[in-house]
Amino acid sequence: MSALPSDIVIVRAAPPSSFDEDAPATAPPAAPTRIPAAVGEPAWARRLLITAAMLFLSMFLFVPLVAVFVQAFAKGIGVYWAALVDADALSALKLTLIAAIIAVPLNLVFGVAAAWAIAKFDFRGKNILLTLIDLPFSVSPVIAGLIYVLIFGLQGWFGEWLRDHDLKIIFAVPGIVLATIFVTFPFIARELIPLMQAQGEEQEEAARVLGASGVQILWRVTLPNVKWALLYGVILCNARAMGEFGAVSVVSGHVRGVTNTLPLHIEILYNEYQFAAAFAVASLLAALALVTLVLKYMLERRVKASLEKGASE
Amino acid sequence: MAALALPMRRHSVLPGFGLALGFALLYLAFIVLIPLSAAFLKTFTISWDAFWNAVTAPRVLASYKLTFGASFLAALINGVFGLLIAWVLVRYPFPGKRLVDALVDLPFALPTAVAGIALTALYAQNGWIGRFLPFKVSFTPLGVLVALTFIGLPFVVRTVQPVLEDLQKELEEAAATLGASRWQTFTLVIFPALMPALLTGFTLAFARALGEYGSVIFIAGNMPMVSEITSLLIITKLEQYDYTGATAIAVVMLVTAFVLLLLINLLQAWARRRQGR
Repeated sequence: MSALPSDIVIVRAAPPSSFDEDAPATAPPAAPTRIPAAVGEPAWARRLLITAAMLFLSMFLFVPLVAVFVQAFAKGIGVYWAALVDADALSALKLTLIAAIIAVPLNLVFGVAAAWAIAKFDFRGKNILLTLIDLPFSVSPVIAGLIYVLIFGLQGWFGEWLRDHDLKIIFAVPGIVLATIFVTFPFIARELIPLMQAQGEEQEEAARVLGASGVQILWRVTLPNVKWALLYGVILCNARAMGEFGAVSVVSGHVRGVTNTLPLHIEILYNEYQFAAAFAVASLLAALALVTLVLKYMLERRVKASLEKGASE
Repeated sequence: MAALALPMRRHSVLPGFGLALGFALLYLAFIVLIPLSAAFLKTFTISWDAFWNAVTAPRVLASYKLTFGASFLAALINGVFGLLIAWVLVRYPFPGKRLVDALVDLPFALPTAVAGIALTALYAQNGWIGRFLPFKVSFTPLGVLVALTFIGLPFVVRTVQPVLEDLQKELEEAAATLGASRWQTFTLVIFPALMPALLTGFTLAFARALGEYGSVIFIAGNMPMVSEITSLLIITKLEQYDYTGATAIAVVMLVTAFVLLLLINLLQAWARRRQGR
């Protein structure tokens, strides 16, 4: 486990680095860098560390990502297209979209409400509330599905009542939506809360003094101030909502064409040895992940900038 | 909850406190707190002995051993390589650096099922990577380690990276001026400053790995006593309509997760104090 030590110990044997600063002309030409030699590593060590990092990332990130797309087209574009327009795949896509379209706005409303209360007011138990909001992140997805089975499943608290009224939650769409809401619960709130806390309440108070109503304050002052963080949270929330596997798997019942989401559809295809089709559907979700990463990357700096602006005001 | 959340501040001119907090608490209770309490209440319906037998059966113990062991090892690997990746991204210029930086978050964004089938195909014996390895990875406990390493990868990088960026160059220069070698500067100056962030990232990766399901089940082979993780065992019990057995194991995992959450909060408080100094 000591890739670093052996690389760096030898640095001591390198030419006395403290001299390099006085005589930059003698610095190795292969290292055109702003890092002063006294606090940097020699070029060969740098190259070694970069290579090691890239090798690790290749084995665990880059190659798997490329593999998804290569395997998807392994049997040609015809098989690829057929896998995507298959009736079961389309109904899985539809259910995935439904789950996200319900879960994301609900968690968005919750995020704004929770952030408004936490950031703009003082009350007892605020820290407990903050911890509880993050709780779903530390619950295993499988357990997230299990708890809804315990409540709405046939043996659960409301199982008999639901059956008597001919309602189905577990092994049906409502269960999938509930499980999706649970696993994506904290995403938007945890982006908004720190930002709104940093921004304080002066602007809202000024708007209030000038006669703005609560709704006007929210629409014209608060939400414009946090729009990038909000979008950032929505994007992360949506990615997870569309990709969730474990929790949805527990409550879905795996009825083809009825209660299968895209990730579950991938599992079925894969277990039936339809590898090209499985990877074709997977490539859709991988493309979604890439779009998410691009948007995330673009928004990240704006969110950071507004956080710093809020903190300095 | 309502009793805990009584307003106790000077009167605010802003409206909507009651509505916002009320909705937030109600939603939190219905989506998270009441369902989670169902798991704990369910275990109260069985005797202590029955609970103990359910959570310490040999097959369950074997699954803990695999889940905790592989999660720990994966977090350790991510600790070492996460530090290396963060270091390289912060300190060295190289072509494609911004792309690499953005791609580090891939395991957060890529659905676990997609990661699972991709890793399985790559590390199978005829796969792109598996064919160069002298030992079997897919469908063995090693496969579990590979999947858990993948999903935990961003945590250490993303916790260490900002601390490394904020690290004062002057400290290293001072160490060098006082005659420290680069290695001494790293072990005695840089590493201690990164320690809280590193530990936080390690614990986050470990906690995430403990509950992982989607990516593991494809690559593990899922042999009872050998390559069966605890999450899968919970599902197996559910499918056999052994709800109490499934819930008992789930409660063990939940309590572990809560303890880890507490630990992460303490670590982050420690890290903030260290950084604030």
